[in-house]
This record gives sequence, C-alpha cells and structure tokens, in this order.
Amino acid sequence: MSVLVFADSNDGKVVKSAFEAVTYGSKVASSTGGHCEVVTYGNVDNDQLTALGNYGATKVSVDRSVSDFDPNRLARLVGSQAEALGSDTIVIFSHDYTGKSVAPMAAAHLKAGLVAGAIDYPNTDGGFTVKKAVFSGEAFARFSITTGIEVISLLPNSISVEKGDGAAEVAEISPDLGDSRLRVKEVRTKGGDGILLTEAELVVSAGRGLKGPENWGMIEELAQELGAATACSRPVSDIGWRPHHEHVGQTGIAIRPNLYIAVGISGAIQHLAGVNGSKTIVVINTDPEAPFFKAADYGIVGDAFEVVPKLLSAVRNHKAALN
Amino acid sequence: MKILVLISKAPDTTTKISFTDGDTKFNDQGVQFVVNPYDEWYALVRALELKEANGGSVTILTVGDATNDPVIRKALAIGADGAVRIDAQPDDAYQVAYQIAEYAKDQNYDLILGGKETIDYNGGQVPGMVASLLNLPFVSNASKLDMSGNTATMERDIQGGVELVEVDTPFVLSAAKGMAEQRIPNMRGIMAARSKPLQVVPAAAVDGLTSVSSYELPPAKAEVRIVDADNPEELIDLLHNEAKMI
Ligand SMILES: Cc1cc2nc3c(=O)[nH]c(=O)nc-3n(C[C@H](O)[C@H](O)[C@H](O)COP(=O)(O)OP(=O)(O)OC[C@H]3O[C@@H](n4cnc5c(N)ncnc54)[C@H](O)[C@@H]3O)c2cc1C
Ligand SMILES: Nc1ncnc2c1ncn2[C@@H]1O[C@H](COP(=O)(O)O)[C@@H](O)[C@H]1O
Repeated sequence: MSVLVFADSNDGKVVKSAFEAVTYGSKVASSTGGHCEVVTYGNVDNDQLTALGNYGATKVSVDRSVSDFDPNRLARLVGSQAEALGSDTIVIFSHDYTGKSVAPMAAAHLKAGLVAGAIDYPNTDGGFTVKKAVFSGEAFARFSITTGIEVISLLPNSISVEKGDGAAEVAEISPDLGDSRLRVKEVRTKGGDGILLTEAELVVSAGRGLKGPENWGMIEELAQELGAATACSRPVSDIGWRPHHEHVGQTGIAIRPNLYIAVGISGAIQHLAGVNGSKTIVVINTDPEAPFFKAADYGIVGDAFEVVPKLLSAVRNHKAALN
Repeated sequence: MKILVLISKAPDTTTKISFTDGDTKFNDQGVQFVVNPYDEWYALVRALELKEANGGSVTILTVGDATNDPVIRKALAIGADGAVRIDAQPDDAYQVAYQIAEYAKDQNYDLILGGKETIDYNGGQVPGMVASLLNLPFVSNASKLDMSGNTATMERDIQGGVELVEVDTPFVLSAAKGMAEQRIPNMRGIMAARSKPLQVVPAAAVDGLTSVSSYELPPAKAEVRIVDADNPEELIDLLHNEAKMI
C-alpha cells in the first residue's frame, strides 16, 4: 500500500517530529509492499526536502503557495495527494500541534478512519489495527480502522528515527485549496535557544515542594547542565510560579521524554497522566510515601534543597570525567 | 450570539481503569462520570462569559444515551441555557462528528466550541471533523478567545509558543487551558438546571470508521530503586550505565 506522510516545517527546516513520521511511514510502506511519499507546504529549503530520502521517502510534493497555517486548506492539500495515490493509501501525521489540527479535518474530508496518537506500527495481518494510549496513559487500546484509506497520527517520541542514505525527488504542486478564512496575525515563540518541552529527550520538572518561584534557579541549572527542558506541575503554573506552557499532565501537555526528573511533585494521577509515557522516571521527594515513587524507576528520599545542588555537582563531575 | 458547546462525559480522573468481555469493553461499573474537563472548564465557561458580555444563548450538545443526563444537568447548572442530546451510542469520532454536524447544519450557530480532547480516548478528533463536515474554519488548542463584533481573535498553542489568529464567525474551535477559569455551580444554578430544557434528538444513520478491538493495561512497573540522598553520584552512575539516559 502507498503511504503519504504530512511533514511540517518551521523557519525553512523540517521539524523533528516529521523525521519520526517519515521513518514510520517508510517502514509501513516497506512492510506492505508500497512506497512512501511526503506532502508539505510553505517555504522549506529544497535540500531539506531532498534529505527526507534519508528517512525513506521516495518523493516529496511541496505546495509553496501556502504560507500561513490553515488546517482547512492543509486538509485539502493532504486529501488531494492521498486521493491521487489511491483508495488504499495510508496517511501519516505527527500527533503534534499541527497534526492535531489537520489530521481530523483530513480524515473527515477523506471519510477515512483516524487513530490519533498511535504509539506503534500498525498490525496488518487480517485487518488494520493500531495501538494507542487511552485514559491518559492508564491503558492501551488497539483501534481497528475499517475504511480503505487509513489515517494515523503518530505520538512524538514513540519510535526511533532511522536515517540512511537516499534522496527524494521534489515536485512542486499547487492544487486548488480554496480561500483562507483564517488570518494569522502574529507568531510568538519563546525564542532563544531553550529546548522545546514537547521535543525534549530529558526533562527536569518541579512542583509545589519547591516552596516558591525564587527557588527555580537550581532546577534551571540542573536542566541546563543535562541539556534538558523544564516542566512543572499544575498548581505551580496556576499560581504563576512558572509559565503555563510548562504545565504537564492531564490538563496541560503530555510528554514522553527518555528521562523525566520530578522534584517536589507528589505524583497525583492527573500529573502522571502527562508523564507516564517517559522511558525513565526519577523522583526526588522528602516523603517516602509520595505516590510518585510507585511510578518511578529511581528515587531519592530527601530535601530538594539539599539533593538538587549535590546532584548538580555530580552531573558536572560526570561530564568532566567523560571529557 | 448563538453559541453551541460540545460536551462529553468522561470517567472521573481518579477512576481505576479496568475492562470486561475479554478486555474488549471498558468496565463502567461504579465509575463516576464527570463533564470532560476541557469542555466544562474552558469551552463552556468562555461561552458563558461571551454571552454575559454580548448577549445571545449557549446551548450544550452531547451525543450519547440517557446515562449522560447527569453531566448534562451539571453543565446546565454552570449556566448553559438549554441542552440537546442526540440519542446515539458514541463509538467513533467520525460518527459523533457526523451526528453533531447533521444537527448543527441548519441552526446558524455563530460559534461551536469543543474541548481539545476527551480524557478517555484522548483523540482530539471531533471538533476538527465537525468543522470539516460543516465546511467551517477550525482553530484547535485555542488558549484565548476574544470577540469583537463578528470577528474572533484567538491564541492557538503551537510548538514552543502561541500563534495569534483572527477569523470571522461562524467557526469551530477546540479549547485548551488558559481560555477561562473553572466555575463551580452554585445552589441557584443547580435548582435552575432542573427546569431547563433538555431536548432529545434521534440519531442520524451513519457508520463509524474505527472501533476498539482490544484493551490492555500497562505491565506492572518494577519496584523503584531508592538511592541514598547523600550519594547522588550513584544515581548519575545508574542513569549512565544502567538506564543509559545520560
Ligand atoms: C481534573 C483534574 C485535572 C488535573 N490536572 C493536572 C495536571 O494536568 N497536572 C498536574 O500536575 N496536576 C493536575 N491536577 C492536580 C493534581 O491532582 C495535584 O493536585 C497536583 O499535581 C499536585 O501538584 P504538586 O505535586 O506540585 O503539589 P503537592 O501535591 O502539594 O506535592 C508537593 C510534593 O512536594 C514534596 N515536598 C515538599 N517539600 C519538599 C522538599 N523540600 N523537597 C522535596 N520534596 C518536597 C511533598 O512531599 C509533596 O509530595 C489536576 C486535578 C484535577 C482534579
Ligand atoms: N459524544 C460527544 N458528544 C458531544 N461532544 C463530544 C462527544 N465526544 C467528543 N466531543 C467533543 O469533542 C471534543 C474532543 O473529543 P475527542 O475527539 O473525543 O477527543 C470534546 O472535548 C468534546 O467537546
């Protein structure tokens, strides 16, 4: 079956989650005996598009006339490419903010079943089922899709990117997408060289146990030393100790880094819902009965104000020893 | 302004999840259901604030059977004017969206608000599908919404920041944290909710495009390994050599 992957870009560069989606798509294509194409939009560097061949794409179609984000038009763009590939195409998105906007619209447009937030490759023996986390990470479900075209959005950090050689053919396209009704006025990014929480492989997070916003210096230092992003629990962002975009959990964002270090967070079920996909969890808490220890791989029972500075110097020594 | 808010029910966040029928069905025995938090805290409350500022009406819409009525009454107690329940078992996002679109298509809503996702299946699919079926503009994961006449200004969450977008009514939006503050219904609201209209509408004929074939619980987590607080070097060592994370 043919596979079509939607790839997003930022500042002319293909985003990291798109490399995962293309890796995923080309593996699905090779296991079902098809090839993997990519559709994208906007002002992306041409060599970035050719390089998607490294992840297994054979062809990249780009619509450079679409500059601003508009899910209605992007859904039509993906729809037109999917229909051109045939009635048994598998369409892949990343379940990032862009995919969350476009995938449902594209699926409805194609009248195709969508599994949103897949964490594994589809099973195609005698059907088409895809595994995803449900109940905020407390369980998994296998969803089966019963339509000819299947749509999957892949949860970031679910599979490892595989990079080989290869160059994709690049084609310019401009199908009729209708007029845009959204007007993008401004894009505000945090800027700087901070690591994006949603893309971070290592995350240092802290909660109400830190007592006040003035105590976050050591958390930021530890994060910086590890090359990690920072996160926080909900009460901490609610009372304004930390910005809202750092709030992880059921009502904040869900992340699945390789390493999640939780300092002074009790581990309420709603917090765990956003972080229980992390591969390794470290908990630092004064209370040995804190529920977070049940979800942790490693734990230190102790006062953050003593443990974190010690941990920081241990990290520094470790890095010095490696050099 | 005529506003429609999409409400779904979800198991209370502390529910112990289990399955029946050979792990093919969610076990709802003894489960306490709540209004899906994004729908209640953000979409509904912002809709009520807009109505309070500009006039108009707020209707809530649920696709589901009569077991949804308690959460519908809760949403009415918070302040919605009336409720519609489409009497269909919600099995698949497309099927739910189709029901909503069929109902809403000739009601001339200025604004259709949903939550960014339900906390049971975490799909985040229904609002975008409704927008597609009604051919309306769609803004997802909006954390701020202001109206000036027929023009809405929104902030939408994007990777590492927010985007400011403007759109004219009618349109569909999915709400994320930041849009409003949770409201607790008061006694007057609860009393008033009893006499507010709850209209039950028959389902349109449509098939779902997906179904759950099986559920599983995550494997039990191995016991945590406790490291001495005076010896964080050991933790670094474990993270480096055992977990291979740093
Ligand atoms: C519907 C719903 C949705 C929710 N969504 C979210 C969500 O998305 N994300 C979220 O985080 N929460 C969410 N919550 C809130 C959640 O239930 C908890 O209240 C919250 O996670 C607790 O935050 P905390 O761990 O920072 O604070 P606390 O529960 O107050 O825990 C502080 C911890 O710090 C420890 N501590 C104290 N002093 C120290 C010290 N010196 N050194 C080390 N440790 C110390 C304490 O032992 C304690 O375990 C939600 C709640 C509801 C009802
Ligand atoms: N059965 C339903 N009835 C009405 N609205 C729903 C229903 N299911 C989902 N929604 C709306 O769609 C949003 C996203 O849901 P979902 O696509 O299921 O994650 C929810 O926050 C609700 O606003």
